[in-house]
Amino acid sequence: MMVVIRVQEPDFDVGAEVAGLSAGRDDVGAIASFVGLVRADKASSDSAVQVMTLEHYPGMTEKALGDIVEQAQTRWQLLGVRVIHRVGRLVPGDRIVFVAVSASHRGDAFAACEFIMDYLKTRAPFWKKEESEQGGRWVDARETDDTAAARWERP
Amino acid sequence: MKILFFAGLREALGLSSEDLSLPPGMTTVGELRAFLATRGEPWTALASTKNLRFAVNQTMVGADAPLTDDDEVAFFPPVTGG
Repeated sequence: MMVVIRVQEPDFDVGAEVAGLSAGRDDVGAIASFVGLVRADKASSDSAVQVMTLEHYPGMTEKALGDIVEQAQTRWQLLGVRVIHRVGRLVPGDRIVFVAVSASHRGDAFAACEFIMDYLKTRAPFWKKEESEQGGRWVDARETDDTAAARWERP
Repeated sequence: MKILFFAGLREALGLSSEDLSLPPGMTTVGELRAFLATRGEPWTALASTKNLRFAVNQTMVGADAPLTDDDEVAFFPPVTGG
């Protein structure tokens, strides 16, 4: 399987990343992708977010993302996965995360894409700090993210 | 061993990493957390951080995970990426 995992400051080209999953091959029948963006209207802050800073744990981040992709591979029939997560200083409207999965059939692509995002949210070592007119604050983890990840746990 | 701190905990401690010899009698990451928290301010943040997470050699573990002096240990708040 073709796996690309990148943790980077610069933006990425969604079209080029999606196209990369099927370039030069004729066995891909489906590509599902997700793009996460920085929102201005965070519920945790009374005033609009002006800047979002992403911190991570270099080394562990790539390892954690690799483990998540590996788990996805054991659950679904996949042909390729691309995960890109930005770090550093971002502003509302900026792309922050990208996950795309290619497979022969859409069911595997959709499910694996959602699984990877749910696990990334709760297991990959990234932390967001919001800055608004009221100052800076670290974003609290959300229980709904734990619930979303728990859905995938086998009985 | 190397100890790393991230995000709000890093800021509270004013420190991102520390080299330390694993204190005698210390066998788990939970015990190391309790030991560090006894150092007084600002180290109490290690006790007060809600749902503090641990990683040993870059893998998330529970408080009962065993430690050796060659390990890289990290303490951090629940992750909020994506």
